[in-house]
Amino acid sequence: MNKKRLFENIIHGIFLVLGLITVGCVLLITVYLIVSGLPAIKEIGLIDFLFGKEWASTAEEPKYGILPFILTSVYGTAGAILIGVPIGFFTAVYLSKIANKRVRSIIESAVNLLAGIPSVVYGLVGMLVLVPVIREIFNVPDGASLLAAIIVLAVMILPNIIKVSITALDAVPKEYEDASLALGATNIETYFKVSVPAAKSGIAAAVVLGVGRAIGEAMAVMMVAGNVANMPSLFQSVRFLTTAVASEMAYSSPGSLQRNALFSIALVLFLFIMMINATLNFFLKRDKEK
Amino acid sequence: MKKIISILTLVLLIVGVFTACGGNNKETVATDGSTSMNKVIGALGEMFQEDTGITVTYNATGSGAGIQAVQEGRCDIGLASRNLKDVEKANGLEETILAYDGIAIIVNPANPVNDLDVETIAKIYTGEIKNWKEIGGNDAEIVLIGREAGSGTRDGFESITDTEDKCAYRQELTSTGDVITTVASNPNAIGYASLASVKDTVKVLTVDGVKPSEETIKNGSYVVQRPFVLVTKKDVALSESAQKFFDYITSEAANEIIVAAGVVPAN
Repeated sequence: MNKKRLFENIIHGIFLVLGLITVGCVLLITVYLIVSGLPAIKEIGLIDFLFGKEWASTAEEPKYGILPFILTSVYGTAGAILIGVPIGFFTAVYLSKIANKRVRSIIESAVNLLAGIPSVVYGLVGMLVLVPVIREIFNVPDGASLLAAIIVLAVMILPNIIKVSITALDAVPKEYEDASLALGATNIETYFKVSVPAAKSGIAAAVVLGVGRAIGEAMAVMMVAGNVANMPSLFQSVRFLTTAVASEMAYSSPGSLQRNALFSIALVLFLFIMMINATLNFFLKRDKEK
Repeated sequence: MKKIISILTLVLLIVGVFTACGGNNKETVATDGSTSMNKVIGALGEMFQEDTGITVTYNATGSGAGIQAVQEGRCDIGLASRNLKDVEKANGLEETILAYDGIAIIVNPANPVNDLDVETIAKIYTGEIKNWKEIGGNDAEIVLIGREAGSGTRDGFESITDTEDKCAYRQELTSTGDVITTVASNPNAIGYASLASVKDTVKVLTVDGVKPSEETIKNGSYVVQRPFVLVTKKDVALSESAQKFFDYITSEAANEIIVAAGVVPAN
């Protein structure tokens, strides 16, 4: 009996340690980012850093204003949501409610495949196909632009939005729909006036998840956006928060203000993602309380 | 009991993996740095390994990161595609020039322009000349493709053309391959890339009438060029195998391989 107890305790301890590893990683990253991100903000000044319009980290008189990056990330994510959410949402409603089993399984496996494609592949296809197409269609000198990044991001967030929305829509009790149909509502009326409102916090969570994926993406965006620290405009080459960190980190010398400022950008990005996660938790919790 | 044994085995296995990584470090030479030096260091390392059995590892992180790695003792020899800065020398680092690399100015094959001089290149990159027709090309806006801040190639290009911090890039890409791909896909683009990595998909311009080649780079008539530098610590001796590798690649015997890699040997 005692032996069994000991065994239980050991296993319990092992699981506890494994669980703490995750917590430890989060804590470590948070503390590290704050510790290494704050000095540069202090040196540059919070207002100058967040609202400065110019970034020239290697210039003789370096300027560290990240407003272009923040706005680009916000606009880019908003654009991706604007394109990706309607497509993803209607696809989810179709797959969950209207499509027959065969169509659903084919489209669902395509969506899963889309989710599994590495971001560098999205970037490569964007660079070789999308960027020249944008150049031709809109008659601009170069296609690497905010628009290209928005389109790539919109495609990348589709699987997240579709999958989470389907789960939410599938979970709507069949009785709701039956009741609506019994009252004489048509199928489409039922889906949009009964099923979708009943699943709305799940769908909201899907959107927030999409925002999180879009704002955190670096590789694909780096290959199609051009990476110049311009203020965002649809056909201009732009740099996102993520790419600002990724493209200069390798070459910045340690301890320099440039390196520290990159950590500060990472800290800002981290805060953005934290905010998104908090929103996500809010929606999920509200869902549970119901 | 069985479970405990299986867990213990697992732990042992995991520990084994870690120790395996930590061990047998003696017979390797770690190099770290400039992405542009991939080809030459790769070829030299392969030859060296064949001759001596000592493995040479190469970590393509960029000149700055390579210099930093030597400084922190994370690698034996740092690779930089630029001369060391005074600050870095003051930190106890030493440079040995391995070879010279020509930076090719590349345009799309469909572009009729064949020759530019350094001043014109500088004017193009600072945005003073904005249209190809001003220099005998088509009536189209020039699309400037460059590398990210801190890149050895960008540093080299901007210091040679004297356009530091003044370049009005349309795109700042993070690798030589990306620059070549982009220039190859845009008829109005101009870019710069290490001559060794240039492919047939783009057209290499002559500068002041001189075509970049081994000969013109070595005799200095092709002016857009930069050194490939081996970075070591001044007062810390290299490990035995690292010293062997260092001597090997700076000896005349290595010249043939360096030439084959597309750059011009310095020794």
